[in-house]
Amino acid sequence: MAPAHRPAPPPPAAHEPAGPLLTMAGITKSFPGVRALDGVDLDVVAGEVHCLLGQNGAGKSTLIKVLAGAHQPDGGTIRWRGETVSLKSPIAAMRLGIATIYQELDLVEHMSVAENVFLGHERATGGFIRTGEARERTAELLARLGHPEIDPGTLVGRLSAAGQQIASMARALSHDVRLIVMDEPSAALDPDEVDNLFRIVAALTASGVAVVYISHRLEEIRRIGDRVTVLKDGRTAARGLDAHATPTRDIVALMTGRDVEYVFPERRAATGHPYPTGTDPDRPAPVLSVEGLARDGEFGPVGFRLHPGEILGLAGLVGSGRSEILETVYGARRPTAGRVLVDGRPLRPGSVTAAVRAGLGLAPEERKSQALLLLESVSRNVSLSSLPHFARAGWLNRPAERAGTLAATRGLSLRPDDPDRPVRTLSGGNQQKAVLARWLLRGCRVLLLDEPTRGVDVGARAELYALIRRLADDGVTVLLVSSEVPEVLGLADRVLVLREGQVVHEGEAAALDEHRVLDLVMSDGPGPVPVPASGRTATGKASATGKASVTEKTSAPEDTSAPTPRGDRP
Amino acid sequence: MNTSEGHALPAEAGSAPPGPTVPTAKDTRHARTRHRPDVRNLSLLGVLAALVLVGALTKPEQFLSVQNLQLVLTQASVIGVVTVGVTFVIIGGGIDLSVGAMVALATVWATTVATQSYGLGGILLCSLLVALGCGLVNGLLVSFGGMVPFIATLAMLASARGLALQISQGGTQVVSVEPVLALGRRDAYLFGIPPIVLVFAVVTAAGWLLLNRTTFGRRTVAVGGNPEAARLAGIDVRRQRLLLYLLSGLCCGIAAFLLIVLTGSGQNTNGNLYELDAIAAAIIGGTLLSGGRGTITGSVLGVLVFTTITNLFALNNLETAVQQIAKGAIIVAAVLVQKGRKS
Repeated sequence: MAPAHRPAPPPPAAHEPAGPLLTMAGITKSFPGVRALDGVDLDVVAGEVHCLLGQNGAGKSTLIKVLAGAHQPDGGTIRWRGETVSLKSPIAAMRLGIATIYQELDLVEHMSVAENVFLGHERATGGFIRTGEARERTAELLARLGHPEIDPGTLVGRLSAAGQQIASMARALSHDVRLIVMDEPSAALDPDEVDNLFRIVAALTASGVAVVYISHRLEEIRRIGDRVTVLKDGRTAARGLDAHATPTRDIVALMTGRDVEYVFPERRAATGHPYPTGTDPDRPAPVLSVEGLARDGEFGPVGFRLHPGEILGLAGLVGSGRSEILETVYGARRPTAGRVLVDGRPLRPGSVTAAVRAGLGLAPEERKSQALLLLESVSRNVSLSSLPHFARAGWLNRPAERAGTLAATRGLSLRPDDPDRPVRTLSGGNQQKAVLARWLLRGCRVLLLDEPTRGVDVGARAELYALIRRLADDGVTVLLVSSEVPEVLGLADRVLVLREGQVVHEGEAAALDEHRVLDLVMSDGPGPVPVPASGRTATGKASATGKASVTEKTSAPEDTSAPTPRGDRP
Repeated sequence: MNTSEGHALPAEAGSAPPGPTVPTAKDTRHARTRHRPDVRNLSLLGVLAALVLVGALTKPEQFLSVQNLQLVLTQASVIGVVTVGVTFVIIGGGIDLSVGAMVALATVWATTVATQSYGLGGILLCSLLVALGCGLVNGLLVSFGGMVPFIATLAMLASARGLALQISQGGTQVVSVEPVLALGRRDAYLFGIPPIVLVFAVVTAAGWLLLNRTTFGRRTVAVGGNPEAARLAGIDVRRQRLLLYLLSGLCCGIAAFLLIVLTGSGQNTNGNLYELDAIAAAIIGGTLLSGGRGTITGSVLGVLVFTTITNLFALNNLETAVQQIAKGAIIVAAVLVQKGRKS
């Protein structure tokens, strides 16, 4: 029963075979309707901190699940210490020495720390667990992780988020581990705890263990990372970048950059639309006005107006509050302050039904879980929000419903042209069209689009862009959220740039370019608002930890009650 | 309403003709069959036919008699009406464990001396209102109290049974209202069909129409299939859930009245284990326990299968113990068949 790691183990790096510890090449993985991984390469050498970067939906989660043995890849090879392996199950991955610490910690709350640490590989004699030994070993591991004060007998549910993370890490280290995958380990931690985390990571790598580190905080990556792999749209956009020398702008551009195939339609200013953007005195009254909208700890206060036929884009990184703003406007989240007006009339806060009745429609970020009835047909998905239009006293006129949905889906060239087909069999782009058709059928006047091209392949994107532009030209007002800066710039008339829940820039899309937006959204870029002295002192410690909090509050000179502790959580 | 009609798509999209892109015949058939839940009931119909065949072979003269058919259908009617309501609740993503208790409470309350003094109308109205009241409490607890349906309706099960016992003091309350008793007699049969069975048929037809032809039915499927998507599509999910428990209560009220007519009495032990029978019938009828899919036809066929089995066992003088085991086996077999067809 030799524990794999003692507080000061001999460096196993000396025994490592030459070459990388792990090489993943051409990994592909598809789920129904979406290709999550489309040829990912990753190589990790022993003793390094390898950072994995990418937007939401870039494929990070799928990749680490493949690495953890939780998903089986459709294609590609995985080489471990020079030998081709297949990770058929989480246990198989663990046996090789790959441990994963998920962001949603996978601990059993009603069991003790020690029980959790040895869950699945209990120290037992004839089926009876050697409780004392498990506790001793757990206490050792906890001490090694810098938290000797945690009692191995404590129920995990009673621990703080940081404590649970430590327990999860102790579980990883209870195996003979050579590679630890950490999925946003710092997201739930205070600055002090982040320091401790980094100390642990440093100790691990010094002993030859490799760490795959996922974080949205570039400062952290600068501080502890050795190399960086960037994922985008299920592909490796760049691999083996120097974590210290690569300019931030380059990294962000790799994460958000566009493929050359993207084709954006002409803005209507160029097509002679009667309502050119800008401050034309003749422009009609705003359809949607948002005044001082805020949610504690998420965003705000923000305000903006949308005129008929206008596309307003919200640009920002993960955690900038862009999706939260959209959902709050829609009533899916209740604002802590401010209001939303449609045609000058305030909407009942926190009521989706009121928003829909007023003419709003949302195409949410997660189509499958938030928008679609996967078991149902295209037609029934499309008519869902318009049922009263096709009913008299609750009685559905099904021929009218069918004709209506068919007209809506044909208008969007939804393929295949079969309204009875189950919606889950459609491609991502056509599923998105079904969601759009739902709102068009309803006669929706303000479309809220959250990541409209997420999970949509490149060819279908151009079609969706053209579609959105055409809808706007037909008078539908669009509020667009996207993590892809080129998408926002290419599609929107006007852009709000968000950082840490605050608007840091508002202007014509045509007057902005990608680099300027990236500078604005990055917290270590030259922000437009000078850092107030109080902000410096308040976050001095945080800056020492490498968190992105140096400028966290700088764009909010006005007091916004509670500080946002974790601005860049996804 | 459709802003997109009549506009030519810009170049990228326009290159593909807007006409139908024909999927392969195989795809279409596959997709269609899977989307037509009624087709899946064919196998259940086969099971029912097999049972009838067994009955016809083992006890030809008794099983195939008109009296026996009337008996089977009458026995199926009370639980059948309950099952229709439960099916809606399950499709809507919930569960109702309190149906048997609601039936018991409604029969007891509607057969007190005081209620009986109002005659047939009083008994009918009382049955419906008592069960609707219970359904309302269930619905409020689930939709607005945020309680898990299992727990809320379990609490209702306990309370309603307790209240039924309290009212009846454990005794049988015999009905002396002549019009009510007359409904259960042979001379009330319409063309040989007992009125109770007619009510069951009407409830089944109404349930089918409600599920397949109304906005209520669509919303039920949506709320059960993906509550978050339903909410973001502008459907009032809480209201829909409340209505579903009310509907289940209404069905229990109707069933309670049928039971009073059938037995000529009210008892606190009525409706024993109806919740399990109803859920079992819905499940073998193809209703997903997780919600979002199910059919009234399937549930009613499930009820008929179970009632026919009971009848066969009784005619062949087999013990109820064996009958229970057979029921369990059928549930397992039905679910396994459905699972097998899925993959």
